Amino acid sequence: MTPNPYLWLVPILPLAGAAINGFFGRRSSKKAITAVALAFCGAAFCLALLIASEFSSASAPYYFNLAHWLRSGSFQVDFSFYLDQLSLVMLLVVTGVGFLIHIYSVGYMWDDDGYYRFMSYMNLFMFFMLTLVLAKDYLVMFIGWEGVGLSSYLLIGYWFTKDSAAAAGKKAFIVNRIGDCGFLIALFLMIKHFHSLDFTKVFEQVNAWPTETAGAGLLTAIGLLLMVGAAGKSAQIPLYVWLPDAMEGPTPVSALIHAATMVTAGVYMVARSSAIFERAPMAMVVVAIIGTLTALFAATIGIAQTDIKKVLAYSTISQLGYMFMACGVGAFSAGIFHLMTHAFFKGLLFLAAGSVIHGIGGEQDMRKMGGLRQYMPWTFLTMTIATFAIAGFPPFAGFFSKDEILWKAYSSEYGSWVFWLIGVITAFITSFYMFRLWFLTFFGDYRGTAAQGDAHGHDDHSHGHGHGGPHESPWVMLGPLVVLAFLSLIGGWIGIGGRFEHFLAPVFQSGSAAELAHETAGEAAGTGTETLLMLISVSAAFLGLFLAWTLYFRRPQLPARIAASLGGLYQAVAHKYYIDELYNVLFVKPLIDGSTEILWHGVDQNVIDATVDNSASAAREVSDTVRHMQSGNLRSYAGWVAAGGAVVIAYMIWMGVWVR
Amino acid sequence: MLHFILFLFFGAICVAGAVNLLVQSHPINSALSLIAVMASLAAEYLLLGAEFVAAVQVIVYAGAIMVLFVITIMLLNAGKEERSKGSRVAILLGVPGVLIGGVLVAWTLLYRSNMQAPVPIGALKGDPADIARLLFHNFLLPFEVTSVLILIAIMGAVVLAIRPEAVARGARKDG
Amino acid sequence: MIPLSYYLLLSGILFVCGVLGFLIKRNIITIFMSIELMLNGVNLSFVAFAAHWHALSGQVFVFFVMVVAAAEAAVGLAIIIAVYRTRETLNVDQVNLLKL
Repeated sequence: MTPNPYLWLVPILPLAGAAINGFFGRRSSKKAITAVALAFCGAAFCLALLIASEFSSASAPYYFNLAHWLRSGSFQVDFSFYLDQLSLVMLLVVTGVGFLIHIYSVGYMWDDDGYYRFMSYMNLFMFFMLTLVLAKDYLVMFIGWEGVGLSSYLLIGYWFTKDSAAAAGKKAFIVNRIGDCGFLIALFLMIKHFHSLDFTKVFEQVNAWPTETAGAGLLTAIGLLLMVGAAGKSAQIPLYVWLPDAMEGPTPVSALIHAATMVTAGVYMVARSSAIFERAPMAMVVVAIIGTLTALFAATIGIAQTDIKKVLAYSTISQLGYMFMACGVGAFSAGIFHLMTHAFFKGLLFLAAGSVIHGIGGEQDMRKMGGLRQYMPWTFLTMTIATFAIAGFPPFAGFFSKDEILWKAYSSEYGSWVFWLIGVITAFITSFYMFRLWFLTFFGDYRGTAAQGDAHGHDDHSHGHGHGGPHESPWVMLGPLVVLAFLSLIGGWIGIGGRFEHFLAPVFQSGSAAELAHETAGEAAGTGTETLLMLISVSAAFLGLFLAWTLYFRRPQLPARIAASLGGLYQAVAHKYYIDELYNVLFVKPLIDGSTEILWHGVDQNVIDATVDNSASAAREVSDTVRHMQSGNLRSYAGWVAAGGAVVIAYMIWMGVWVR
Repeated sequence: MLHFILFLFFGAICVAGAVNLLVQSHPINSALSLIAVMASLAAEYLLLGAEFVAAVQVIVYAGAIMVLFVITIMLLNAGKEERSKGSRVAILLGVPGVLIGGVLVAWTLLYRSNMQAPVPIGALKGDPADIARLLFHNFLLPFEVTSVLILIAIMGAVVLAIRPEAVARGARKDG
Repeated sequence: MIPLSYYLLLSGILFVCGVLGFLIKRNIITIFMSIELMLNGVNLSFVAFAAHWHALSGQVFVFFVMVVAAAEAAVGLAIIIAVYRTRETLNVDQVNLLKL
């Protein structure tokens, strides 16, 4: 463990930017705000590059102790930072993609009134996310965890005058909190049994723990509870419901927080806790099952959505499911690999979608798009690259990471062919709905109105251009698109030959010895199998493309006929299986009713308010009664005095008598 | 023996006068019975040997204060008391209260304390010389303060009782 | 030889009569006189105790009580005169407005 003095600067720089913009931004010019925000974020990125260039696996992991925090008996927590290969990957992803999205938002949010607020919140988010990935301690990670939830709430509800945006922000925060409950209980268990939350100390003790093959025990409990937290943050079943609603926020927010970084915090946390999971097979299985089911479930919803951002949201949930599936079968490095490539192409998809939305005056419904490729060539090009990447076509990035996951799902000692099969089916569906989006948006005839370029007054983006008709976005928005497209193209090549996995191997040490042994065994037995499975998944991707081409390019009237013939099933899928309505009936409405009846009327009004009111009226009654003593009549006063005097005399005599 | 008879005699006059004060309806009768009470109290003081106090009692109390009362009764033309709605509290609470208090004190005095020590006649001779010595040595400050008190009382009485037109007449005469 | 308690009893009777007069009588001047009666009763007990304990200060204190009673009587009667001027009555039950 070597110390690295730059580690604490990386989170602090965006925090400084957030503070400056937050306090002084209201009165500053937009140029100044932009300069501050980009400078601090860019500085963090440059610092990350510097740290990366000086990184050497021999002296990893690095750490830096900033300040004391808690000291309570033998339990202590410090503000300390930690850098190993896993954190380095996350660090580069977060700062790099984050910086690009900051540049993009300059163009996207320029005309908005609260521009300074947006930039401040974005920098604040960067601070919290960096704290999360660089933490050396579960509790410091939890600060970042909560903080990104807060930033997410602030940014989702950025247009807070809109009811739906405010409600979406609330929903995100509350559902996150449910997950955080699980996380906290896991932390409590760790404190109780390991007397520390520091990564090195906890994992030291965990490594000495026997594997819980019986399916129950402390590590299983911790693992399951951590998974609850991750399910909340990373939108897995059953806590995914906030992510589609979170699309109410501006598109850069969706790109940064809900595609590239915040939602991956859960995956990072599970990967970080790999030592715990590997000794709790039952928890691993649960993680894999949740991930797989979520991947399939969300993909099926995605095929019937009409809002371009909602399609991408469900796609994110589905891809996160892949990552959890990877972690669940023990292939943590594959999960992180997919996290990285997903950050590239999903971030790109969202930013390109934002460019599309921006270009047609705020419209988000794909049924009103079409034929946009001649109006927005660069957006079209970059989005095409991203779509091929997510569908898993070689040689794009998504192919390598997704294929790695599918192979490990099949071959790992925790995996099974069921996971692999569902994964392939989901890949097919993913390819289908992504190309559906591609065809609907960019091909065919333009189905929107020509006047859409004017002040449409769309709720996302009241953005009057006065141009009339769709147009390309400015270069400040296209630049990041190009960079991300480039990364989506070559980003996967780092995994060729298992180089990425070997790089991350020291982090997942305890399992990876077994992993490596198994893998060499597996490889020896089935390089052929691996190639076969790869071919199957690529053909699934082609199949999806073909189906989308048929339905949405060649015979565009066919989807409506199919939807009509499927009737109720299609309705259920289009309405997200009515899960939100179910939650509403099961949880939300009883809570609100209970709160209104019991807590508001019952406790607040009838007990607390009543106490105050009644004590006031009691005081009034008492004084009303006592008032009659003051009649102005001299003799009654004298009467009271005489009576009182008699009482006093009696008391004194009695005391005297008694004492004697 | 004589001591006891004298004590009883003057005591009886005191009590009779006090009760008469309660019973009479015209204030002047009450005033006169009060004078009788004070006179007999002076005699009681003499029995106790306090000659200076007895003299002061007659001179100041009976001779000055009661005269003041009688003058006021005459000035205000006070007549017989009218019937008026009294205070229920005073009658119901106060009278029993004071009676009970009195009874308790009496009971304590008679049966429960060491107050049975006999006091001979003329027990403590209160010479004017002795009293003066005490008054002007130990109690000099209170003595001086009381003189200031009397001054204030005089001024207060004048201010309270003066007629408004008398003030105006005085102002006109001067101005 | 009269026991001290007899003097104190007499003093108590006078005091009780004074209080009763205060409670029962309606004429302000009579009420004042009852107050004087109370003070007299107290004076008697002072002198009695002085005789019992051979402390001359008891008699000196009687002196002060009398001075105070005189001052109080003067001021009180002046107040009565002032009240009579505005209320035209000496009945204490009709002077119950707590302000002139």
